Amino acid sequence: MSIKIAIASGKGGTGKTTVSVNLYYFMQEYWSKNIQLVDCDVEEPNDIIFFPEAVKNTEDEVTHLIPEIDTNKCTFCRKCVEYCEFNAIVVIPPAKFAEVNASLCHSCGACSVACQDHAITEKPLLIGKVTRYSTGSGNGLLEGRLKIGSAMQTMVIRKLKKEPDIKNDIIIYDSPPGTSCPVVITVANADYIILVTEPTPFGLHDLKLTIDMLKAIDKPYGVIVNKAGLGNEEIYEFLEKENIELLGKIPYHKGYAAKYAIGGLLKNIPEKFKNYYIEIIDKLKNKLS
Amino acid sequence: MDQITILSGKGGTGKTTLTAALTSIAENAVFCDNDVDAANLHLILQPKVKEEHSFDSGWVVSVNEEKCNSCRICEDYCRFDAIHYNEKEKIEINPFQCEGCRLCERVCPVQAITSIKNKNNYWYVSDTRFGPFVHAKMGPGEENSGKLVTQVRKKAIEIARNINAKFIINDGPAGIGCPVIASLAGTGKVVIVIEPTLSGLHDAQRLVDLVRMFNIQIYAVINKYDINEKVTRNIEKYLQENAISVIGKIPFHTDLVKAMIVKKTIIEYNPESEISGIIRSIWEKINNN
Repeated sequence: MSIKIAIASGKGGTGKTTVSVNLYYFMQEYWSKNIQLVDCDVEEPNDIIFFPEAVKNTEDEVTHLIPEIDTNKCTFCRKCVEYCEFNAIVVIPPAKFAEVNASLCHSCGACSVACQDHAITEKPLLIGKVTRYSTGSGNGLLEGRLKIGSAMQTMVIRKLKKEPDIKNDIIIYDSPPGTSCPVVITVANADYIILVTEPTPFGLHDLKLTIDMLKAIDKPYGVIVNKAGLGNEEIYEFLEKENIELLGKIPYHKGYAAKYAIGGLLKNIPEKFKNYYIEIIDKLKNKLS
Repeated sequence: MDQITILSGKGGTGKTTLTAALTSIAENAVFCDNDVDAANLHLILQPKVKEEHSFDSGWVVSVNEEKCNSCRICEDYCRFDAIHYNEKEKIEINPFQCEGCRLCERVCPVQAITSIKNKNNYWYVSDTRFGPFVHAKMGPGEENSGKLVTQVRKKAIEIARNINAKFIINDGPAGIGCPVIASLAGTGKVVIVIEPTLSGLHDAQRLVDLVRMFNIQIYAVINKYDINEKVTRNIEKYLQENAISVIGKIPFHTDLVKAMIVKKTIIEYNPESEISGIIRSIWEKINNN
């Protein structure tokens, strides 16, 4: 069984991707080479930017099944409308009109069960892609990418998490921002969650929301404060008061921000930054292996 | 009445900081936080809540174990992998995997499954020092954020009509998925806040493609433009090629974080600063183009 670590944050732009990519890189040296990175931020997948030499191995389409109603067979009984919890079906009997709104459909299959007239068949609709990249060392990057215009991000994440696990020792999930369903699905099967935050009022507020969510699903977690030195001390007082483990503090550094800007996170990493990650990895090893 | 929505694709580029500044400039406006799952604008606006409403956050499913005969029919029908049987052959439903389609309830031959509406989301109508404000708080890990966005926007429009407001200013969610799609319908102008990083550009491009599907006028603001001026130039080139005008370039400045810490907009914190001047000119350009 592989150890699954999810990197989440609540607030966007706190450094989830930076931490995910660095852990993937340094864990190879200080923990196991048998490691995979999974980009679950399917709306805006960015991990690939930091592996300019990555090679695409496979690319699979993610589809979900959308029902189609055959109005020649349909008796306009509206039972499918009654079964659909997502208001995705419109049936107007006098007009002999029956149609499915694909953008509202969650592909649950309830309408097919409801229909007694065999008028419903399901056809695949493209909602995204899952791509495997090799990254030189490690077991590579698995990326989900939502098709622009689709509102079905959770379905793409589900598909990503079902991909066969090629016997990794460690899997790192880079989560989307926020605290709602796409994040929950990303962290649901993780053994441990790293919350990346920044020491600002917005960072602290969203950290609290994310912690409430993790308490509700009963998952162990620790916190990395990124861009330390930029805001105030309130976040540390909160962590101490709530007895939450501070895994590490990574200072704000303008030069490092500039490297992030051009996708150069993994090139000529300053010794100081390397040491922050080694310390964090040591703590994780003690906890999880 | 003009509806203006501030978006970014990537999180943490400065949407809320810019929106907050606009609230202290815009006259005769209603404000609305569309980022319902990691809301932050209220931290600056310090609203006095006048109305609180609960909002459906989907179904909670429960099983009557005495009635359940472990036939496993529900497990076969569930497309979300939410139903499992434990070692004792007892059914378990994972509420965080469940999409709330209620198909299990409908196919159960012994009526052992029931669902009740969960009302764990809230939305508020408030007063602030700058004008009326509609905002929300999602329960941890809840779904339906798109529907909650639609709800707060509907209320903001109603208030704006009643008081004959000239503007609605919406602070948008990150990403390009369902809450963003919900924030776009009916919006007249979108301001995209971009940071000069490859991730910021990549994410903005995906957002531009989405917004174009709705035929909405787009303006761009480059925030922290001096972090990497080369990437800033690439962003300007991309925007020019796509006929999107850059209505402001804001430098990185710790004043913005300091203002946030004392719960003020940058316009209140330092009205004479260069940044306040840039943001005033952004507001003029939104209204004159």
